[in-house]
Amino acid sequence: MTSMLAFLAPWEFSPTVLLACLGAGALYLRGAARLRRDGRPVGAWRGIAFFAGLTLAYLVLQTHYDYLAQHVFWVHRLQHLILHHLAPLLIVLATPHEVLGAGLPERLRERVLRPLWFSAPVRAVYRTLQQPWIASALFVGLIYFWLIPDIHLYAMLSVPLYNLMNWGMLVDGLLFWWLIVDPRPVAAYGTPGHVTRIAMLWLVMLPQIALGAYIALSTHDLYTVYGLCGRPWPISPLTDQQIGGLITWIPAAMMSVVGGLIVLRLWVRAGAGAGRRWGGVRREVCGA
Amino acid sequence: MAAAGGRAAWVAALSALLLAGCSARDRGWRTTDISGIMPPLKFTLTDSKTGGVVNAHDFRGKVVLLYFGYTHCPDVCPTTLADLAAALRELGARARDVRVLFVSVDPARDSAAVLKEYAAAFGPEVIGLRGDSEELHRLTRRYRVTYGYGRPDAHGDYEVSHSSAVYVFDTRGEVRLLARPTDRPADLAHDLGRLIAEG
Repeated sequence: MTSMLAFLAPWEFSPTVLLACLGAGALYLRGAARLRRDGRPVGAWRGIAFFAGLTLAYLVLQTHYDYLAQHVFWVHRLQHLILHHLAPLLIVLATPHEVLGAGLPERLRERVLRPLWFSAPVRAVYRTLQQPWIASALFVGLIYFWLIPDIHLYAMLSVPLYNLMNWGMLVDGLLFWWLIVDPRPVAAYGTPGHVTRIAMLWLVMLPQIALGAYIALSTHDLYTVYGLCGRPWPISPLTDQQIGGLITWIPAAMMSVVGGLIVLRLWVRAGAGAGRRWGGVRREVCGA
Repeated sequence: MAAAGGRAAWVAALSALLLAGCSARDRGWRTTDISGIMPPLKFTLTDSKTGGVVNAHDFRGKVVLLYFGYTHCPDVCPTTLADLAAALRELGARARDVRVLFVSVDPARDSAAVLKEYAAAFGPEVIGLRGDSEELHRLTRRYRVTYGYGRPDAHGDYEVSHSSAVYVFDTRGEVRLLARPTDRPADLAHDLGRLIAEG
């Protein structure tokens, strides 16, 4: 029990992570309460998805899990699978932007954040990053970049770079998966079309498979930093690398399949909506 | 002060990234340049030779090589220490400005006497240091290294998983280089010579 509690204590305490997670959680609860008062209650599963994603991100960043992630390659790859794929997907599946917005103090929201969000520079940056092809290239590019062995060495030695890497993964994950699961209608909001979304998922899946396979099947130690800095228990470097490669290869690629199923569901729903409208029109025609 | 330190760390980290993008050897170092991306040398440990407490200040003015290992180590530690000793021999008289700090990560088996004798075998510049688990923990964490113990066999012997990096600090205690077990002693001697010349 005490060792469990010790494990849950932060390895390297970060006020940024703590405040970001607590702040997001508090905003969500406050927003959900306000929406309920206004007669627009938020579905329970959305809250569950949001808090599951938030908790996962917190756990891999702010417990002794992070100690293991700093010293064992496969634990690090699992950390990034959670930070870049699973946690952000769960968070955006909850479509939390309305709830979080409702949770903000009204003045702050209306006078500061809304004008800032709709200001030309912020819109320009966001629109550029959220072009489907740029977002896909960025998603894969970040994975490749931090896995260049020399870059990986510096990222594991330097605290600021390590934090930049992990934060970058989480923020990019939120941006990418939001494009994929954004439920707002394609025509009205300029969100990517369903075919485009599936193409994006394919586009990011293939290079992850290639990189994961390359790492898993490599017969020499690519990421020497783990040997240089020591592992917390005797595990052979190649075994560590093979497991890490498999995590980059299979579950990461499977996340594209999961994303694809979600897109199909959105597509069917959009089609069903349109079908009902057409059906209605047909009935009217028949009735006439 | 803390903010300025943070900013300096960022600048160093980002320039390290750019360097890694081109080549870490651009500045003429033959081992890996890690200037500024880790904090300056700081520790409090027990010198196995004198039994006295030593800290980083006692080594100001020397180029310091920091290495973690254990005396029962079957291969990596003796090979690395032999390579360091070979690099020091190449430096000749200039080796007097260098200290190799061999920090034991197995203090249960490495008594002061054992450690003293082991370190001395590699040369007068090699100093065996011991610490309690708290001191050891602080130091290994500061340099983002770790260690762990395997399951003991029938004789009570166990494997220790530890780091193989040698961190090199300049005479002011700032971190400068990372030497790997695969680096040649001649290359390390070259870089140490440059650091000694910097003063």
